[in-house]
Amino acid sequence: MSTRALLLRRHSVLPGFGLALGFTLLYLGFIVLIPLSAVFLKTFTVSWDSFVATVISPRVVASYRLTFGAALLAALVNAVFGLLVAWVLVRYRFPGRRLVDALVDLPFALPTAVAGIALTTLYASNGWIGRWLPVKVSYTPLGVWVALTFIGLPFVVRTVQPVLQDLQRELEEAAATLGATRLQTFARVLLPALAPALLTGFTLAFARALGEYGSVIFIAGNMPMVSEITPLLIITKLEQYDYAGATSIALVMLVAAFALLLLVNLLQAWARKRQGH
Amino acid sequence: MSIEVRNLTKRYGDLAVCNNLSLEVADGELVALLGPSGSGKTTLLRIIAGLDVPDAGSVLFHGEDATRTPVRDRNVGFVFQHYALFGHMTVAANIAFGLRVRPRATRPSERAIAAKVAELLELVQLDGLADRHPHQLSGGQRQRVALARALAVEPKLLLLDEPFGALDARVRKELRRWLRRLHDEMHVTSVFVTHDQDEAMEVADRVVVLHQGRIEQQGAPHELCDHPATPFVRQFLGDADLPPTPRRVARFVAG
Amino acid sequence: MAAIAQALDGLAGRDAGPAARPLAPARQAAAGGEPAWVRRTLVGLALAFLALFLFVPLAVVFVQAFAKGLDVYRAALGESDALAALRLTLLAAGISVPLNLVFGVAAAWAIAKFDFRGKSVLLALVDLPFSVSPVIAGLVYMLVFGLQGWCGAWLRDHDVRVVFAVPGIVLATVFVTVPFIARELIPLMQAQGQEQEEAARVLGASGWQILWRVTLPNVKWALLYGVILCNARAMGEFGAVSVVSGHIRGRTDTLPLHIEILYNDYQFAAAFAVASLLAALALVTLVLKLIVERRANASPVPESGHEH
Repeated sequence: MSTRALLLRRHSVLPGFGLALGFTLLYLGFIVLIPLSAVFLKTFTVSWDSFVATVISPRVVASYRLTFGAALLAALVNAVFGLLVAWVLVRYRFPGRRLVDALVDLPFALPTAVAGIALTTLYASNGWIGRWLPVKVSYTPLGVWVALTFIGLPFVVRTVQPVLQDLQRELEEAAATLGATRLQTFARVLLPALAPALLTGFTLAFARALGEYGSVIFIAGNMPMVSEITPLLIITKLEQYDYAGATSIALVMLVAAFALLLLVNLLQAWARKRQGH
Repeated sequence: MSIEVRNLTKRYGDLAVCNNLSLEVADGELVALLGPSGSGKTTLLRIIAGLDVPDAGSVLFHGEDATRTPVRDRNVGFVFQHYALFGHMTVAANIAFGLRVRPRATRPSERAIAAKVAELLELVQLDGLADRHPHQLSGGQRQRVALARALAVEPKLLLLDEPFGALDARVRKELRRWLRRLHDEMHVTSVFVTHDQDEAMEVADRVVVLHQGRIEQQGAPHELCDHPATPFVRQFLGDADLPPTPRRVARFVAG
Repeated sequence: MAAIAQALDGLAGRDAGPAARPLAPARQAAAGGEPAWVRRTLVGLALAFLALFLFVPLAVVFVQAFAKGLDVYRAALGESDALAALRLTLLAAGISVPLNLVFGVAAAWAIAKFDFRGKSVLLALVDLPFSVSPVIAGLVYMLVFGLQGWCGAWLRDHDVRVVFAVPGIVLATVFVTVPFIARELIPLMQAQGQEQEEAARVLGASGWQILWRVTLPNVKWALLYGVILCNARAMGEFGAVSVVSGHIRGRTDTLPLHIEILYNDYQFAAAFAVASLLAALALVTLVLKLIVERRANASPVPESGHEH
């Protein structure tokens, strides 16, 4: 097959390339790409002025601030504590370690709506945790941050864990023989080695938090200009049959998401190069 | 089956890994492709097998052009450097694989397959290990399973890619004598790739020395040692001990 | 021959060693590891963080579900709207998972076993639904199939309902779960290389034979885990389905949407009762993952991308 020869960079005796690639592209095209293109195409039917007016209207901008800000904060917290959790899981032995390790994946497996109502109830003023806190968490931007931290929890842990596991002990032993304290070893030897994974995990958590809906919508309070997240605004516009407005905001979110996806891929390529692959 | 390679060229980018190679292997011969890394020996082997296609030149089996024949139809046995055993199958299932995937018309019965597997296990001295999995075997044992698997389909040509490269020195020495003995029993045309001069000298009927994609010299082991044709051959074989002839080895080992 | 064979059996062949194992604490201390009190503090901090954000929220679901007693719990689950929601959820998952399984295998085969131009672009495309907000996932299907959408007029003329009906829900669910199985398979199959498949080809196997007898058995645990995760996500999807469903109780509500309705109606116990069902599913998912990992680590052949 000449097309096969054109596409393949290296000769392969294995069959099924055309079939597999063809099916993959068709599937992706119909399920993902063509529907996604609808956002772009629909937005082009709107005049530039109208588009700009929608996406920078005060209410929408307030939602950007909240969504972006809370996602960033949540990802930062997850970066720090995710590293801690990964470290503790890889390096130490304690009772229930395997259980804790498995539970880290809970945010992946638990439906967002379930997480949403659970967190809301927990952090409400009369909730188990909420009653001990000096500030109101549920129905405020703080609650949004809590929900987004939950959502992003596994990302940093799971990207850092394998790297930690593969780290050669000899590196630390060498540092020790050279007189470095534990803290110095951590800061100068381990952290740089973990940096790419940490960054990747952070970016993944951030990207996930940006688009999150189900777990946030219950705890957010949803007051315009105060505690509305951007995905909610899209739904609000849809309910008002303002398709053009909805797609305009969606376009902004998509561009941000793609930029982050690109960033993640670049980070991973950089990490691979650093490790000499 | 005799092999003829005519004016074979293979390039990767600007580098000619095989540069206008021509070679003949007679029916029943055991030939070593010897050379340092980058000399093109593995590429040549893979092209003969059909795992790679040349940019120019042709490969003939028994006088017939097989250059475009797919690997599946070439009836060659290939032994990979790292064995490529099917990890989730038993030794017996690995060996039987080539027979089990035959189309229904030519597939032997399960009983015939089992008999063949038993026969091969005995040949490679692994009887009793039929139900083990590859990860339970030593490197030398895995290599013998890989060989048995390749032989099960009764290939007309046996190709081995650095067959003992991944084993440690002592096992390597024992296995190379064993391979020579096997060849003497089975008489299948065989070509193997190695970078180890001692190995090539000890095992092969004829040695082909490759360097940067070209054949420097070919001939019987003694010829190469006594009359090296180029400075490279002289240097490359310089450290090789004068080997006993394969026949002397066989007599030494028998009994 | 027998003498050589015996000698050979006595020798252990040396292959590349396995990856370094975690050190026992004793060796770690000798290597200049942290003092015990530091270790204890760090473990405590990590567990406190996890408790706050993970363990306690999980517990809340089950406690609140049974807060009003067993009868209320059972009534909530047996209620007709809840059952309808359950059926719809199972249907959506039952369609998405097999479809994405076939896609995952096809994509992994093309990407992992062949070297072609544009492979990294394809990889990024496979990951795309992962980075798109679920609300946008629902939105795009509204744009295509909604009344004002591309196919809207055609659908109305032929009296076919996609959005605000079951097909739309299924489509949205498929969209958000596309990458799950592929992401589990691709890195593993890439790491395993093509040598075994090449060997099988030399031995005369056809493409399907190679896939079925060689490739898939080598990735069976990763495949299983991907299916489990895909199913969990399919059953729990909320945002995307929320947009396309129209929230018609009893007809276009999935379990997560039903939870939302109950919660907004202040029927907290009922909402948590239904939620406990999904939380239990999540726990089953995690348990299955543990089992899969244990099996995968028991066999020295790397059959899963997760080694702990």
